[in-house]
Amino acid sequence: MPISIIIEKCTGCTLCVKACPFDAIRMMDKKAVIDLQKCTLCGACQDACIFNAVLLEKLETAAPNSCVEDYRGIWVFIEQKNSRVQSVSYELLGKAQELAKKLNTNVSGVLIGNKLEDQLDELIFCGADNIYLVEAPELANFQDEPYTNILVELVKKYKPEIFLCGATNIGRSLISRVAINIKAGLTADCTGLDIDPDKKILLQTRPAFGGNIMATIISPIYRPQMATVRHKVFAPMAADKKRKGKIIKESFDQALYFSRTKLLDIIEEIESTVNLSEADIIVSGGRGMGGPENFKLLEDLAHVLGAAIGSSRAAVDAGWIPYSHQVGQTGRTVGPKIYFACGISGQIQHLVGMQSSKIIVAINKDPEAPIFKVATYGIVGDLFQVIPALTQAFKVAFRK
Amino acid sequence: MHIIVCIKQVPETTEVRINPETNTLIREGVKSIINPFDMYAIEEAIRLKERFGGKVSVLTMGPPQADSALREAISLGADEGYLVCDRAFAGSDTWATSYTLAGAIKKLGEFDLIICGKQASDGDTAQVGPGISTHLNIPQVTYVKKIEEATDKIMRVERMMEEGFEIIQTSLPALLTVVKEINEPRIPSLRGLMRAKSAKITTLTQKELRLDPQQIGLCGSPTQVVKIFTPTPRVGGQILKGEISDITKQLVELIKDEVN
Repeated sequence: MPISIIIEKCTGCTLCVKACPFDAIRMMDKKAVIDLQKCTLCGACQDACIFNAVLLEKLETAAPNSCVEDYRGIWVFIEQKNSRVQSVSYELLGKAQELAKKLNTNVSGVLIGNKLEDQLDELIFCGADNIYLVEAPELANFQDEPYTNILVELVKKYKPEIFLCGATNIGRSLISRVAINIKAGLTADCTGLDIDPDKKILLQTRPAFGGNIMATIISPIYRPQMATVRHKVFAPMAADKKRKGKIIKESFDQALYFSRTKLLDIIEEIESTVNLSEADIIVSGGRGMGGPENFKLLEDLAHVLGAAIGSSRAAVDAGWIPYSHQVGQTGRTVGPKIYFACGISGQIQHLVGMQSSKIIVAINKDPEAPIFKVATYGIVGDLFQVIPALTQAFKVAFRK
Repeated sequence: MHIIVCIKQVPETTEVRINPETNTLIREGVKSIINPFDMYAIEEAIRLKERFGGKVSVLTMGPPQADSALREAISLGADEGYLVCDRAFAGSDTWATSYTLAGAIKKLGEFDLIICGKQASDGDTAQVGPGISTHLNIPQVTYVKKIEEATDKIMRVERMMEEGFEIIQTSLPALLTVVKEINEPRIPSLRGLMRAKSAKITTLTQKELRLDPQQIGLCGSPTQVVKIFTPTPRVGGQILKGEISDITKQLVELIKDEVN
């Protein structure tokens, strides 16, 4: 048994029952009993028990992929589309610099694509000490297999201790393949990254169960320690034009660039007001909007604020707005500076997709709507009056 | 066409609440459901079967009670259910889980396509789908919102991206992860429900799969959870009061510094 209760030490205090996030512990005859079907061996009960009655066997782990000490430096996968570096990569370089100071090491960006020379200075100004650059015409656009092959080869050759990547559609798809290939631990969607001061390992904190619990995860013996991070979680560092960096060009055998998937076309269907993940401000509408024609009100407000348009599932399911706008559990997770929830009641599935926003403004006619429980600022009223008035007020404010 | 759908049983998130006194998740009486994204994967597989013939196998890894998720998939039109279940697999992270599922898939014989939901609603990692395709060394297309064309050799799909979508062609066998937009899942028929009740679910344990013991369960998992805690729940702030013109003025003052 990997986990058990030492009956003699258990006092029946129930601290472990309360600590278990998986409801896997019951009291029987005043002793704790662990339901092994529910237990995930997370160790929360062991931490909670003040009588050392929980025995969690740390199983002999498999031999790591190599000697941990051989791995040095922090890497950031630099995501590009149309040969433009994506903002999340700059955010990660900034965070990587902060972590590198605690480890007394340096930061490298890994950039794959074609014709990227004009992007390199900016990456160095924003935190890259080295850039591993792999360019070829067939690498211009992301494809899972060639990009994976290249990253695997680079990791094997240069051995970074930490490897960060944006939690974008490309990043999540790509970096999972890399982690499996090299047998490395990968933690998705981290909202906190830090270095353990004693063990010098990466502490990766992420939400689970839609943000209802947070978990800190480590990858103690496998390298690199890999993590993805969403847009807007960390801030980029201010560009320092005096920073110097090294460009290391790499190329590989053509066979590595072969892909069984072929990109036939890229269709940009979304107008500029929609890139939800990168938006600083999002104006979202829900069932309370009443119909597709009323989203014009939101567009006007969004236009004045330079915001993107979001929506709740209800508005998407009613066919008022395309799915690409949906925020929430079955849509996108966003964390803008300001999130306007207009006519959105605030079901938990919506809240999990936007509750990390810095400021939430809720406009709803029902004062009991759950959205007000999370809103920084609430306006109880008719959105058909409030939104145009707000649009007007911001127009006036910015004219000054 | 043999299509394998990988699903996960998850708690119905609407009902996951925090007990304010003990600060733990309330899971009492919480219903288990099929991960919402997997419902689209099941539906798409059944639609492909209806077009091309063949069979749909549904696979899950979990405790014995995950049997009910497989039966639900069968009630919707899947043909066979496989439950990967063994204490040896407990504590698996996404690396070990995808290794184990890939090992189980190798036992299911030749296949043309694997479909997964884009991510599970409890863990939200989106790592197990790509993990399975990597372990099996087959191509993958993630975030698929439409299958445009399919033959028994190739498939052309639309892949949702942040700014729009891509059209991607892949050779088969391949693995797809699908988003909500791809279809509208059906509800089970009466006949389906009857069939699900009596369907035989095949349990696959470590004895059958004979996976490398160093690569499964806690031991085969590179990541470890070291701490679980409850974040300070977000609390409501202030309700702005007054005439609409006052309210808008207040709000502009409060947030205008954030706008630029």
